[in-house]
Amino acid sequence: MPAILALAIDAQTVAAALFYLFAGIAGASALGVVLSRNIVRTAVCLLFTLVGVAGLYFLLEAEFLAAVQLVIYVGGTLILIIFGVMLTSKSPFSHFEPKAGEVVVAIAACAVLFSAMIMAIRSADFRPQSLDTTQKYPVVALGQALLGDYLVPFELASVVLLVVMIGAAYLAKGRKRDDKRAVARGAATLSQKARQWS
Amino acid sequence: MPPLARIPAGRAVNQPMPILIALTSPIAAAAPDWQKTFFEIVSGHAPDVWERLLASIALIAVVFIPSVLLLAMFSIWWERKVCAHMQSRPGPNRVGPIGILQSLADGIKLILKEDLQPSAADPILFRLAPYLSFSPVFAAFLALPFGPNLTFEPKLNAGVFWILAVLSIEVMGVILAGWSSNNKWAIYGAMREACQMVSYEIPLGLSIIIGVMAAGTLNLVELGHLQGGGIHTWIVFKNPFVFCAFFVYFIASLASNKRAPFDLPESESELVAGFHTEYSGMRFAFFFFAEYAAMFIVGSIQTALFLGGWNDPFGLIGYHYSQWIADPGAHRNGLILLNLISIGIFITKAMTIVFVQMWIRWTLPRPRIDQVLYACVKVLIPAACVLLLGAALWELLVPSWHQAKLIENPLPWFNYHPFSWADWAKGGATTSLVVQAILALIGVAIASAITLWVAYAFLTRRTTHQRLTEAEPIPEPA
Amino acid sequence: MELILPIATNPIIGLNHYLVLAAFIFVCGLLSMMLKRNAIGILMGVELILNAANINLVAFNRFAHAYSPDQRPMLDGQIFAIFVIVLAAAEAAVALAIFLNYYNNFNTIDVERAQTLKG
Repeated sequence: MPAILALAIDAQTVAAALFYLFAGIAGASALGVVLSRNIVRTAVCLLFTLVGVAGLYFLLEAEFLAAVQLVIYVGGTLILIIFGVMLTSKSPFSHFEPKAGEVVVAIAACAVLFSAMIMAIRSADFRPQSLDTTQKYPVVALGQALLGDYLVPFELASVVLLVVMIGAAYLAKGRKRDDKRAVARGAATLSQKARQWS
Repeated sequence: MPPLARIPAGRAVNQPMPILIALTSPIAAAAPDWQKTFFEIVSGHAPDVWERLLASIALIAVVFIPSVLLLAMFSIWWERKVCAHMQSRPGPNRVGPIGILQSLADGIKLILKEDLQPSAADPILFRLAPYLSFSPVFAAFLALPFGPNLTFEPKLNAGVFWILAVLSIEVMGVILAGWSSNNKWAIYGAMREACQMVSYEIPLGLSIIIGVMAAGTLNLVELGHLQGGGIHTWIVFKNPFVFCAFFVYFIASLASNKRAPFDLPESESELVAGFHTEYSGMRFAFFFFAEYAAMFIVGSIQTALFLGGWNDPFGLIGYHYSQWIADPGAHRNGLILLNLISIGIFITKAMTIVFVQMWIRWTLPRPRIDQVLYACVKVLIPAACVLLLGAALWELLVPSWHQAKLIENPLPWFNYHPFSWADWAKGGATTSLVVQAILALIGVAIASAITLWVAYAFLTRRTTHQRLTEAEPIPEPA
Repeated sequence: MELILPIATNPIIGLNHYLVLAAFIFVCGLLSMMLKRNAIGILMGVELILNAANINLVAFNRFAHAYSPDQRPMLDGQIFAIFVIVLAAAEAAVALAIFLNYYNNFNTIDVERAQTLKG
């Protein structure tokens, strides 16, 4: 028995199994995001997609990037999305159904796009490197690159984040107090109309 | 990747005080030194890939999961004992000798309880939330350095950041628990908790950056090796900014763990039970275990990053380990005994931090949510930013033994004899040594003051005696 | 399906595997953007697309030529991916602020109701 197992399970098989595990989680959850009707379940499927992608980053030897993905995407963006879901949903089950014609057109277009991408991938000659397992990406090199070669994008990104913080705080703040009555009248009319339609 | 411990040729190894070496060498030498792994002894050949896979699975199932659960159960029992003694009462003392089996009894009770689920709750999300809260805490144990050869994944180059990352996933579990319970008190608790946890991740991350900047590496095993030269090499004593960052990290970790005084999500007197109101039985136990395991993880990050990891204050473990690395064929010092002692030291230090967390919980009152967020945004974040600036300037301006890059010189304290002023002055590190020594003395003073105070409080506590008989009836007024 | 089979049956995981997976996630994100009427569902589609692009970047970083002439490891893909993650977080924040405003004005999160400019 040990000989058979030794033939079946080797380092390549373990690597392939791990890849299919994480790719399966990411792919199935992405499909779940599309197909789910409940917006909170969509968010949970997005969570599993992000975690699966983080696992893939680990397999691609990008440990720091995987941790960044988990901290910022899962621990930041997804929490923000869930907060948005909870503040804007009236009931967990949405009554929003796309029309059948739209569904057919969308699926057809995406199928065509998917096939085109696969054909492009198969026909391209990327000349990938052989799997050199001694090649590592030390975090030191990442830090040196961020503050060395890529200093300008780093500073620009921090300026962008500052602008976004100010903008989002302003947008989410609401109206000023002296405008309140006029805005309230306008909002009441709009919401009346919305209630007629929905 | 260069080996972690490499002694430059021709230099004397950093020696702790000779008397300590003389005392500990016989102990270390007497321990058995099994160089081959257990597997090689049994089967006689080096393990294959699939055998390594099976061994990993067996290790996880037999060693890892039970020990995490035992740790959580011990913490729960200890918390009840600590809080009881602070409130002048005995605490659990029925089940087992000093009530130590109380957690086991609680676990059995929770398993036997009925699994309730509100009818209007989302079934899948309701069942998923406890596991989403518990699994990240398990995953964080992957990077913890229990000893020089005892880390589950020693090559995790972004170890500290990995632990931060998986602790962020726990927030999702809490939010889902609150939302899927379909209970407005649970949703309030979940929202407040998510807000608090996410806000406090900022000063948490900033203070970790300060520690990492002083150390130069994110890999927890390398951090442990770095701090092996004695108490003055511990990262917390490296410069005054890191010293203050340790306390900022401690406060931020309390809040990030939803631990008192920031335990609004579970504020028992206000919100029934916060986000886990509707959970009963084993699912509630998962949340409970997750909280105590997270306390241990946070304590062990502080230990590994700031307080010396598995090293003792005299640098003996680092010395004996360096002897073993330099000359493994001599079998002079037992690696296994070294690792066992390292586990003991690491867990002791982490549990001390957990004890301080428990102590604070049962002492301080609970602030409101807006006061909690005020403390985060207006006190801790500016403090962390100022400390970050100061630590960065310190690293630039003050020469230290960290001159050489870590990759070329993994154990810089190997080159400097701690009691040779000339060596340190040659490296241009006198300022650094003086600062480290002063901070170490301050730290030792604080630690011993707290220990003596706790011991005094414990020895002079008022105990109540249990009444096993009826009290005497109050005499009627004649 | 017949297009993917030669890639799927290759036991050694190569660049193509990651590219196919990224294409699939991209298409899922695109479908989500097209078919969902909930504005936050559209935002989730955008996040899926960005993640697919990131997988592509990191996969190329891993499998392309490793060293620049001075023997430093090539990190362009990972740096690019870090910036994409940061900017995606920023864009999600602004998008949610806009959606909250939309909800306050229209009392619904359905994007089909934004018809006040309809002539």
